[in-house]
Amino acid sequence: MSMNLLNLLRRRTGSAPVARERLQILLAHERGLRSQPDLLGILREEILAVVSRHVVLDPEKVIVRMDRGDAVSTLEVDIEIPNGFEKRLKVAS
Amino acid sequence: MAKVLVVTSGKGGVGKTTSTAALGAALAQRGEKVVVVDFDVGLRNLDLIMGAERRVVFDLINVAQGVAKLSQALIRDKRLESLWLLPASQTRDKDALTDEGVRDIIADLRTKFDWIICDSPAGIERGATLAMRYADEAVVVTNPEVSSVRDADRIIGMLDSKTVKAEQGEQIKKHVLITRYDTSRAARGEMLNIDDILEILAVPLLGIIPESQDVLKASNVGSPVTLNNAGSQPARAYIDAARRLSGETVDMVVPTEQRRGFMDRLLGRRAA
Ligand SMILES: Nc1ncnc2c1ncn2[C@@H]1O[C@H](COP(=O)(O)OP(=O)(O)OP(=O)(O)O)[C@@H](O)[C@H]1O
Ligand SMILES: [Mg+2]
Repeated sequence: MSMNLLNLLRRRTGSAPVARERLQILLAHERGLRSQPDLLGILREEILAVVSRHVVLDPEKVIVRMDRGDAVSTLEVDIEIPNGFEKRLKVAS
Repeated sequence: MAKVLVVTSGKGGVGKTTSTAALGAALAQRGEKVVVVDFDVGLRNLDLIMGAERRVVFDLINVAQGVAKLSQALIRDKRLESLWLLPASQTRDKDALTDEGVRDIIADLRTKFDWIICDSPAGIERGATLAMRYADEAVVVTNPEVSSVRDADRIIGMLDSKTVKAEQGEQIKKHVLITRYDTSRAARGEMLNIDDILEILAVPLLGIIPESQDVLKASNVGSPVTLNNAGSQPARAYIDAARRLSGETVDMVVPTEQRRGFMDRLLGRRAA
């Protein structure tokens, strides 16, 4: 009885519960990414396809990046478009 | 029927090689015919832990490339006649090992042994994927510590997607082996709980190996701990784990702090 109580008190003060919680949150997130392993690749392809319908693009210049923050994650899409694309737009339409 | 078992972890230095040697020897002591295969190309160590480093002539890559026959590369243990070692190569060329090469060697070993235990290199790159590629079962080695558990989770994901078994829609059988379990830190609540680790990883427990000087002593003399000091705490835990691998039900022993005897205290000796 006293031994159990001691263990309980120790557990409260130890750092193990913090470790468990951090791991649970992290792994929930990482497993989500794994089940959609190439989410970024898919996004990149589709964004490229949509933009290319209107602008002539160098596929190498389309960069999609995901940054994970504490509360929210951000998706950063960086597309380099050659100068004078408006002209090409007119030709296309 | 032969079983191919990969000992893997993701994180380095958690005890894969130690566990491969200890489990291999424990299974061989039970009369099973066992080969331990070192997949850590360029950083071989299993030969040293098994005490066979001076008997290596040919290695895994020599066999894969057809330079040597399998029978020329296999080294028989000096203590246990049903225990064999297939050493890794020390080459720097990590691409020397191919998928086809591994496939053929494993197929050949299956005809000769009951257990083929593959000691994986750390990481999630080619070497680790090749080591697990043809496995039927996996021992995921982890320490009770966050980064090791995180990597174990990653490796479990790979076992479920990148092995031939998984690609054929079958389940690869997985076990978690918790090693370097420090009993005094566990008592102070400083180490991840066993139950928490199992809940997080959702893979059944194969055993709990305590942090122990006996492991170091065994590696110093080049003998698996299960052979070097079969009565020690880590050896008993490995022997129980080997019995579970063979399908026996064995009660799980959670290592506890070993009481120091009066003489030990008097002489100031540390508990093992
Ligand atoms: N239960 C234990 N008690 C004490 N020391 C241990 C224990 N298990 C392993 N070690 C020590 O930890 C170190 C790493 O062990 P080992 O080489 O088996 O790990 P590994 O996972 O194979 O490493 P790598 O990823 O580099 O291949 C060694 O010095 C070994 O003696
Ligand atoms: Mg190793």
